[in-house]
Amino acid sequence: MELPLLVALRDDGSVDPDLDPKFDAETLRLLFRKMVFLRALDEKALHLQRSGRIGFYIGAAGQEAAESGSGFALQPGDWLFPSYRDQGVALLHGYPLSALVAQLFGNSADATKGRQMPNHWCDRSARVVSVSSPVATQLPQSVGAAYAAKLRGEKNAFIAYFGDGGSSTGEFHVAMNFAGVFSTPNVFFCSNNQYAISVPVSKQTASGSIAAKAAAYGIQGVRVDGNDVLAVYRVTRDALERARAGCGSTLVEAITYRMGAHSTSDDPARYRSGEEVEAWRRKDPIARFAGHLRRLGLLDEAAEEAAAVEAREEIRRAVAACESAPPVPPESLVEDVYAEMPWHLSEQREWIRKTAGS
Amino acid sequence: MATMTLVQAIHDALALEMERDPRVVLLGEDIGRNGGVFRATEGLWERFGPERVIDTPLAEAGIVGMAIGMSLNGLRPVAEIQFADFIFPAFEQIVSELAKFRYRSAGQFIAPVVIRTPSGGGIKGGHYHSQSPEAYFIHTAGLKVAMPSTPADAKGLLAAAMRDPDPVIFFEPKALYRTAKGEVPEGDFTVPLGKARTVRAGEDVSLITYGATVHVAEEAAALAQEEGIGVDLLDLRTLWPLDIEAVVRSVERTGRAVVLHEAPRTCGFGAELVALIQEKAFLHLKAPVARVTGFDTPFPYALEKLYIPDARRVLDAIRAAVSF
Repeated sequence: MELPLLVALRDDGSVDPDLDPKFDAETLRLLFRKMVFLRALDEKALHLQRSGRIGFYIGAAGQEAAESGSGFALQPGDWLFPSYRDQGVALLHGYPLSALVAQLFGNSADATKGRQMPNHWCDRSARVVSVSSPVATQLPQSVGAAYAAKLRGEKNAFIAYFGDGGSSTGEFHVAMNFAGVFSTPNVFFCSNNQYAISVPVSKQTASGSIAAKAAAYGIQGVRVDGNDVLAVYRVTRDALERARAGCGSTLVEAITYRMGAHSTSDDPARYRSGEEVEAWRRKDPIARFAGHLRRLGLLDEAAEEAAAVEAREEIRRAVAACESAPPVPPESLVEDVYAEMPWHLSEQREWIRKTAGS
Repeated sequence: MATMTLVQAIHDALALEMERDPRVVLLGEDIGRNGGVFRATEGLWERFGPERVIDTPLAEAGIVGMAIGMSLNGLRPVAEIQFADFIFPAFEQIVSELAKFRYRSAGQFIAPVVIRTPSGGGIKGGHYHSQSPEAYFIHTAGLKVAMPSTPADAKGLLAAAMRDPDPVIFFEPKALYRTAKGEVPEGDFTVPLGKARTVRAGEDVSLITYGATVHVAEEAAALAQEEGIGVDLLDLRTLWPLDIEAVVRSVERTGRAVVLHEAPRTCGFGAELVALIQEKAFLHLKAPVARVTGFDTPFPYALEKLYIPDARRVLDAIRAAVSF
């Protein structure tokens, strides 16, 4: 079953009036700067990893339109259940850059005490729910959180992100099914970036599209050009509004491409051709949006360059502010396992005090 | 005080906590109109409504995943897994998510979920309605694990679990649901997590157990008494965090210990108990610490009575410890 692919930014440079969010000039420029910022963050983080200053990174180059377009549609009261590639959405939802960068270093500046690998974001005050590595486990959790809001009569939406690989999990099925049955205010945002590490989406599903699966669960399904920031914004905004209005859940499939590796531990040359990557590079979402803004007379080369320079400088400052923070204290190893430390962890803390020297 | 069966005591705790705290919701399979396959939630759907007593689709990963999300957003969910044998589809949600939220977020996100699930054999349930999987969960940092053996403890421990800031896996020995009857305090009543109960005091051998085998142990202790052997019988009630002081205090006095559970022997909780006893009371020991457990087989159907430890096996272990 094929669903139409929604596109706002047409090849001829025009915008589909039915999907045009009709942003003013300042908002369009802001959205562009957010996308440029994500690309710069990716480049910096990869550099930090290659030079041994952080241990690992999961990049999202090529997915800036899907990240920024959808993240731009969130409102402060909404809840975000991200995956490990959704730093862009998290930042737009209020996760401070300083906290994000400190998480990469995992030192004492990290609000989560260096407990997880890089890219496992978390910020309670911004409603960015703690990320884990198992794929799609956050989906049924987002249904439960949405159920709680619905029970209390609150009007927030709950958006959960995952990839094309995640759509193959049992948790995907469970979450869609529960959201349909309980009519919860959820949005399930699938960044279909064509690969789950090395396995192409054609090996994940024979159903033609991931969004089509929504029909089987009695929820809405939408398929959108994930490299078209205006279309992504529009369909995500509509899905969030439906959720807040009590009209049920939506599965959004954004068709995009992971231009880089799955992670810094991956070599994509093993499983895909340079021609394929080049073909998608010509559909780079930032270049595409820049072209649109240039045609509108809202962007020139100098402004484009300035956006990149500003982004690099902001990221550089954030890195400088936390990179030299001391390591997490050894005793923190046994904290936060339980609300109160039980005897066996107190014993283990004593061992750390005596032998690990803090 | 009122006389109740164990399942009535569970029901009493659920009803009282739902009355006391509007954040409490129940979710699971057949718990609504049907009142649960063991009737633990009977009448609650009518009393508190389908929004708080939730019949879910048949998917344990969804039940626990949803409960986690509810708890992250301020509810106090109690998930029922119809049989502990069916908890494994939810294993990832429990082990990778529920147990780790507090730690991985450094306390920013907490998931105070209670998972109630009937466990253990004795009802001719074969492989898939009889298992005792508590060791998997004790092994997982971040979870608390409890298992009552009496109606009063069932009520008090469950109420305490529902008020606890940490996730609790609450095993209910299904063989005791209707066979265990006893006095239960009426109204608000809790039994603190992490405190064992001395069932009977004795000077010769410590017998340490929990759940359904507490009753087997009582029978064995009575038989031992007829032979002049005094058994110090400890019901752990909370498996983890363990009441280590109660265990060590008892073994230091008796110098001998038998640990007893229905779950399989290898890497069962008894192995951890034996290790802790030898670490903390080695110089008091007069005999090797013995284990009486289920067998290292899938739980059988026809040979159920052979599988589950009985008083005779426990008595043999007691005699061996005393005559070592």
